[in-house]
Amino acid sequence: MTDVLYELTDLSKKYTRGKESVAIFEDLTMTINRGDFIAIMGPSGSGKTTLLNLLGGIDKPSGGQVVCNGLRIDNLSQAKLAKWRSSHVGFIFQFYNLMPTLTAAQNVELPLLLTKLSGKERKRRVQTALEVVKLAERAKHRPRQLSGGQQQRVAIARALVADPDVLLCDEPTGDLDRATADEILETLQLLNSELGKTIVMVTHDPAAAKYARRELHLDKGRFVETGAMA
Amino acid sequence: MNDLTLIRKSLFRKKTRAILLILSIMTAFLIFGALASIDRVLNSSEELSRADRLVTVNKINFTQTMPYAYWGRVGAVEGVQAVTHASWFGGYYQDVRNFVQAFAVDVDTYLEVYPELVMPADQRAALSERRDCVAVGADLAEQYGWAVGDRFPLSSNIWRQADGSSAWDVEVCAIMTIPDQELPTNYLLMQYDYYNEALAFNRDQIGWMILLTGDPANNDAVSERIDTLFANSPAETETTTEAAFSQAFVEQLGNIGLILSLVVGAAFATILMIVGTTMVMAINERTKEVGVMKTLGFSSTRIFTHVLSESVLLSLVGGLLGLGAAVLLLGGIAEVAGGQLPGLGVGRETWIQALGLMLAFGLLTGFVPAVNAMRLKIVEALGKD
Repeated sequence: MTDVLYELTDLSKKYTRGKESVAIFEDLTMTINRGDFIAIMGPSGSGKTTLLNLLGGIDKPSGGQVVCNGLRIDNLSQAKLAKWRSSHVGFIFQFYNLMPTLTAAQNVELPLLLTKLSGKERKRRVQTALEVVKLAERAKHRPRQLSGGQQQRVAIARALVADPDVLLCDEPTGDLDRATADEILETLQLLNSELGKTIVMVTHDPAAAKYARRELHLDKGRFVETGAMA
Repeated sequence: MNDLTLIRKSLFRKKTRAILLILSIMTAFLIFGALASIDRVLNSSEELSRADRLVTVNKINFTQTMPYAYWGRVGAVEGVQAVTHASWFGGYYQDVRNFVQAFAVDVDTYLEVYPELVMPADQRAALSERRDCVAVGADLAEQYGWAVGDRFPLSSNIWRQADGSSAWDVEVCAIMTIPDQELPTNYLLMQYDYYNEALAFNRDQIGWMILLTGDPANNDAVSERIDTLFANSPAETETTTEAAFSQAFVEQLGNIGLILSLVVGAAFATILMIVGTTMVMAINERTKEVGVMKTLGFSSTRIFTHVLSESVLLSLVGGLLGLGAAVLLLGGIAEVAGGQLPGLGVGRETWIQALGLMLAFGLLTGFVPAVNAMRLKIVEALGKD
């Protein structure tokens, strides 16, 4: 039996610009299995990030349903969505989005402030997450003291630390050089293969997409599956 | 790390800006602390006022004297339960800069009209026995290191004795206190007879009279009877409540309350606008960070609380530093004033008022940015398509 994590049914998203209503996509239906690593590609404005936002519960669809782990999230209140995100989703952004005033360890600890874990347990988890991304020795450095690749590793540790069901990555290598991007992608691949993390990654970069198990092309509101890796 | 760490780190995200904001708030509370304390000291005699205690002064001005004989005549007025008199001595000790607030009074009736002034029974008895005996308030005694039995010449910068001297030899026979009240006892009571008999001029005159009516409801009728009694005489009188008299005395220096309100109000309004605008700008700069925190799962309510706490913390830090500076400043002023402003300092009431103002200030300046942060949509904050 396939272990389905996400079920998207007849999903649509429209924006209103003045009096005009613009559809990003309509009647989109898809499933994402637990343990999958999907790369979503497509031209600018095709709705890749919008789809990611809907999966992460930071935006609401105009129609249809988003079900994650059996829970319909598209009709949850903002407060319930915030709570759901804190324990089920890890986000990784293109520009890292770390808090500049906090150290690497404090940035990683941020999502754990929303849990009831003790300070000691939080520290243990932060240490483990930083070790996974090979940055334990930089725990006390602030973001501006780290390179782009290191900052993205901290962001990955922050996304991982609460042990979410899924990692949603929005152009995670878009701001990095090729070599650093490959390191980050290898880390994501490792998280998928070794820790079984489900990953949905939006990217423009075909080389980055090759690290995923599945590539989906979003164009004119429709998915075209172009490849699957072993 | 906890939420307070986050709030503190956000507040000091830009250290120079945070320090300048704190200095602005500190200045506002320094002004508030200093002026409120000076106002309290100047109005302390009002706090001592009793509702059924009236004061009769010369109608021209309270600095003008009136005949000693008035005292006896007022005592006979219907509704007057007790009456005493007092005269301004204008005293100093050894050097004219060592000001002594001294009054020439009839001690027995004075202590009857002011029962809150207490002293040990043996000292009280000694005070009535000798005319050169004086009663000294505990604050004043502490200021000059006087104790019962000390003798010294008490000089006047107004009055002269018939022999040309301006000093009256006195002996401290009693130390007065006002139990259970935080009111200053910074004055000296000398015997009227001893003062009066030696005067080179203005003999048999008194400064003002203080009387008890027993019931505030009788005040108006008694006042009218007294003032009618002396109508069309060379020294007409005006009788008011003690509180009104004290207020009029303080207002010789200007309307301190109004000045306080205007200065503090202007300072607060200006700083409120500066801090409020800066807080809005500071939160706008952090739009993306707020969006990220919401993405991670921080609720809108928690974000609202964070921003509001940040401005309250800013206000508390600045306000407490300001009041601390006021304590130091007032200490310095008290030192320079050499005891002319006893009790000068940031009192408990001022601390409580200031803490209330700090909270109100913090909540007021933080409310708009907190609401903006709370309402911020994640998608807009992250600035993506």
